[in-house]
Amino acid sequence: MKNLHSIMLDKEKCKGCTNCIKRCPTEAIRVRNSKARIIDQRCIDCGECIRTCPYHAKYAITDSLEEINKFQYKIALPAPSFYAQFEVDDVNKLLYALLELGFDDVFEVAKAAEIVTYFTKQFILSEKNKKPIISSACPAVVRLIQTKFPDLIENILPIASPMEVAAYIAKKKIQREKGIEEDKIGAFFISPCAAKMTYVNSPLGFERSYVDGVIAIKDVYGLVRSKLREIKDIKPLSIASGKGIGWAASGGESLALEIEEYVNVDGIHNVAKVLEEIENGRLKDIVYFEGLACSGGCVGGPLAVENPYVAKNRIKRLSSKLKDKEESLSAWTEEIINSFSLKLEDVLFEKELETNPVLELDSDIERAMEKFEKVNNILSMLPGLDCGACGSPTCKTLAEDIVRGFANDTDCIFILRENIKELANKMVELSNKLPPSLERNDE
Amino acid sequence: MLLELEFEIEPGNFILAGEASSKIKETLKKLGVKPEILKKVAIVSYEAEMNIVIHSVGGILKAIISKDKIEVIAQDNGPGIEDIELAMKEGYSTAPEEIRNLGFGAGMGLPNMKKYSDYFEIDSQKGKGTRVYMIIYNK
Repeated sequence: MKNLHSIMLDKEKCKGCTNCIKRCPTEAIRVRNSKARIIDQRCIDCGECIRTCPYHAKYAITDSLEEINKFQYKIALPAPSFYAQFEVDDVNKLLYALLELGFDDVFEVAKAAEIVTYFTKQFILSEKNKKPIISSACPAVVRLIQTKFPDLIENILPIASPMEVAAYIAKKKIQREKGIEEDKIGAFFISPCAAKMTYVNSPLGFERSYVDGVIAIKDVYGLVRSKLREIKDIKPLSIASGKGIGWAASGGESLALEIEEYVNVDGIHNVAKVLEEIENGRLKDIVYFEGLACSGGCVGGPLAVENPYVAKNRIKRLSSKLKDKEESLSAWTEEIINSFSLKLEDVLFEKELETNPVLELDSDIERAMEKFEKVNNILSMLPGLDCGACGSPTCKTLAEDIVRGFANDTDCIFILRENIKELANKMVELSNKLPPSLERNDE
Repeated sequence: MLLELEFEIEPGNFILAGEASSKIKETLKKLGVKPEILKKVAIVSYEAEMNIVIHSVGGILKAIISKDKIEVIAQDNGPGIEDIELAMKEGYSTAPEEIRNLGFGAGMGLPNMKKYSDYFEIDSQKGKGTRVYMIIYNK
């Protein structure tokens, strides 16, 4: 499985501490030569290491704002969480500020989220699905499932993410309205999230992405703020309702579905815990599972600026403010769906999600069993302190790394010390032994 | 080659409940067992473990993994099942109210174990204990 991740390491800043390796949910980081190293195929881009690193040595690659100039017509696709970054009571101001940055048009991902909700409701009613249906909106969670919970892949909602739907509709709309060819239109996601960048490079469930670039919220934050001060007249650009905007915070997606039997979980480690329970067949009565890698949901994304709890409150305020206009705003959703005659089939995954078998010890089960025994044997010799000094997150991972041939038992400082002690004892012993020419046993 | 995993299960300990089946599951993932098979083993071992936690005075959960099959054995030390036929009925449960309030003991444990295993055998003697033996073929 192709999984070129977007999270990178600034070697200058990395101190080779073990904070990141401990927090990584897929054990994708090792410390080698005093620097963290990310194992490409294991990384799910959840951004946990970006948040954990005390030296800010982890960062996500995203596109710069200049990238948009490669296209004749530039569309900004602001994530719902973008709205929560600024203390602004009118969404239109924010969208207008994006135009001021050089975009020709905006299409709200929040509106696309409502369209996704519309089709998800249809999917829930269809017979084919496996319960609980697991949201596919968070690409890091989808990759977590592909890597650690392969048996839950069939529960994943096979519907395009709001970002993707937004890019698709925005491009079709401009093509139709302005007669501009599709490849001359650039759609750029204004993102709180590193995993979306990876998604654009290697999409989940689709052959290609309609998104041309991902720009970090933090990279436009300052610019937008300064533009906001200048804006005088407000143009009506926003068509998203509170339900779509609500997707920015954990639980918003489920709330929009208007069902009672849902569970929403945020934080990648919490998500993993609940996925375990789903695996055990414990959450059978739950219809929908919304799992988001970041604490608080997308508002807590590693590329967002505002404190996630403050941001969450803003989302709540914006959503309830738009409540009065709910009917006219949901009419917009239907108008878009009808004008492009969109059907459930149009937003369904084109291809099945694959498992990412990087955690397997071997592709051959018998050989994997042998390796498993070896891992256990080595593990019994390790101290079990999970100190991380060897560069692997736990003693168990070190044991696996040894069996896979990536590490040695002497990487463990305790084993090394033990060996040195033995050696030292032997040296003392040898130093006490005199050569026969000097031996005086006859005394 | 055989891999044997054995866990002691504490009765009434809901904090630890599920840990043994988690470990079995994790092992199968490391071995690259197919998702369909993994799912079945996950459910039967979890249900078996929960039954020991809820109903017994303690016991063991065992998984014997070979290339072609996974055997799951749950053996407890009592008190045994009075009427096995009745216990096998969906929805029938002898779990006390407080356990049901925790979301367990819905009377689906044994029926689920039977449903998701390829071979199912249950032995129980009142006052002695219960042994459930299940096979899931790895094909």
